[in-house]
Amino acid sequence: MSKEKIQICEEFFDIMPPEYQALVTNATWGKEGRGWKDVGVNKELIEQHSLCAGCPESMAFRYILASLPNPEDTVMVGSTGCTSLVFPHVGIHNIHSLFGNQNAVASGLKRALTLRFPGKVKDVVVLAGDGATVDIGLDYTLQSWFRQEKFTTICFDNELYANTGGQESGLMQKGFVAKMAPMGKQFDKVRLPEIARESGCVYVVNCTVSKPSLIEKVVKNAVLIAREIGPTYLQLYTPCILEIGKNSMEGLQEMRDAEKPGERFAYKEYISDQAKAFLTDLAEKEKAKKASAKEALAQA
Amino acid sequence: MDSHSIIGTKNKKGQVYTDPNHLFFEAPRIPSFFTGSEVIKEAIRRASVDLMVAYPITPQSEAAALIGELYAEGYVTDYMRGENEFGVMSECAGGSFGGARVFTTTAGPGTMRAMENFPMWSGARLPIEMIVTCRGINSPLSIQPDTLEMYFLLETGMLVWHAETAQDFYDWILMGFMVAEQPDVHLPIAICCDGFFVTHTKDVVNLTPVDMCLPPYDPYRSPVPCMDMECPPVRMMRDPFVMKSNYISYATHASWQQEIRAAIERSRKHTIPLLGGLIETENADAEILIVSSGTAVSQGREAIRLLAEEGLRVGLVKIKSVRPWPYHEIREATKHAKHIFVPEFNVAGWMAREIKATVPDSDRVVAGPQVAGGMTMPPEVIVEHIQRTLGKSVATLAARGS
Repeated sequence: MSKEKIQICEEFFDIMPPEYQALVTNATWGKEGRGWKDVGVNKELIEQHSLCAGCPESMAFRYILASLPNPEDTVMVGSTGCTSLVFPHVGIHNIHSLFGNQNAVASGLKRALTLRFPGKVKDVVVLAGDGATVDIGLDYTLQSWFRQEKFTTICFDNELYANTGGQESGLMQKGFVAKMAPMGKQFDKVRLPEIARESGCVYVVNCTVSKPSLIEKVVKNAVLIAREIGPTYLQLYTPCILEIGKNSMEGLQEMRDAEKPGERFAYKEYISDQAKAFLTDLAEKEKAKKASAKEALAQA
Repeated sequence: MDSHSIIGTKNKKGQVYTDPNHLFFEAPRIPSFFTGSEVIKEAIRRASVDLMVAYPITPQSEAAALIGELYAEGYVTDYMRGENEFGVMSECAGGSFGGARVFTTTAGPGTMRAMENFPMWSGARLPIEMIVTCRGINSPLSIQPDTLEMYFLLETGMLVWHAETAQDFYDWILMGFMVAEQPDVHLPIAICCDGFFVTHTKDVVNLTPVDMCLPPYDPYRSPVPCMDMECPPVRMMRDPFVMKSNYISYATHASWQQEIRAAIERSRKHTIPLLGGLIETENADAEILIVSSGTAVSQGREAIRLLAEEGLRVGLVKIKSVRPWPYHEIREATKHAKHIFVPEFNVAGWMAREIKATVPDSDRVVAGPQVAGGMTMPPEVIVEHIQRTLGKSVATLAARGS
């Protein structure tokens, strides 16, 4: 959908929310260079959120929405949890249906959009918590990867059930004492990035959201690769500061500590040869485009 | 897209998009001898379905696989096997959210596994059509016909119809899309039949011409936006009511549910002309009535014939739509009856309960006979049940062999 479809009638312009005015007058839609640097200036995709003060998930949401390469033709699928408190504020079509079925919904959605809009790009991005992705929804997560469904799955890994009050999850660290793990969690953090690779994901990244430029890069890669080649998976550490006993301003440090070499969120990437070649090709085209623009500028 | 504008044009298989009323009531009919599963296939061949999600479970597996053949032939645009029925119904939801006409089939334990999806479908106003070929849901494992699963569907917010014959099934599969997709209805529909009795037996069915099909689904004739980013996105709320405890949140959820019930009732005005009413009656002025749905009606007809031979006049009420529930129609049709018998293929007698809650002087309602777990219901069982209730001496089926 082009941005021109979104207009506000003149009489109502002044009473529309400021971010909706921004969407019409000043949106980054359709701009190739959109990215995390627009956060704070362009608020057309998300302005407010209803998460806890200082929640790293709120920043992750902003970085991801700012980095989508094609927001004007992207539909997101969420699940139940803290993300479902944010999606009602998000300015692109998004679906909440049940807890854990997000990758199944996305499979049907992607097929519907593909058959209804042949020759047009419609991206589908799943964004759900670790309970939805790895516990209750694991079957649907994996099956969509087995079937090579062409969409991106993003997991906000906060290593517990945050929205229900901090219960044990499959991605929780072993030994962590939580609700429903009164003696400490008895088994290891599920190794979903490795499972994703073995299940057919062609691009997998495990990292924290401490660096917005990194999130921009991996989100763009994940969406573009999913569009052309096959399923992609991002596992992003968004610590629940409330449930791990941190203060509002301590989320960033928590992520920095967790991404140190040898720690569980040290940057980890898997990319298939085909996806790697695709990215290389993309980078070369970008380089050539810049060079020709520079040349044109010099000649002018 | 205005779906009416393409009436008269052809799809890629050369079928002509046909005005539904012409297709149903004026187009020539071709008598064909088919199993119920084949009838499902033939209806879907003419239904302009975009996406079918399949999963094996007896007794719908054959139909679900036959629609795969339609996909291979190009009559269905996309087709996939889901991972289990919870996944299947979620994949259907995704397809419908994305604006596709979506069809699926399920049965018994599959219906139960998928259950969480059905109120979500209706809440999200997704006009998915689901065939339910009813089978037992009890343990020990059974694959036999049993209509108990229908009871679980009654308050999901779906339209629920119960076909008696393969002909009903053929017509209703096509008509179901037309009713479910009306903008003032826009709800999922479950079209149920009794497994095996309908799916696995052959019957003469009058089919519409193979070169005519339904107009496609227009996802923009909908009370809710299609999730395709082709209309402006709206931030739904500043203070999302999803998990809030405040009055405006309660009021929003309550009115949303009421609206779904109201939409079910609004479907009547589209359903009645197509199905010829939510019920069908024969000799409703008789003092004794058999009232039921599905193949229990067929067995009731035979029982009525046997009783007539003995000089007892019995009328019949066939309930076609269970949701919307034909409350006034049933009250009117049963007003002369002194005895209302409700034969059912389930152990609970849920249909009798619904009827008791509908008619005045509910002592008139006799729940039964009920058979379950795959048992057949010979007409003699209904005859005996009626005679025994009326205080007549009966030669029991058991006595017959001795």
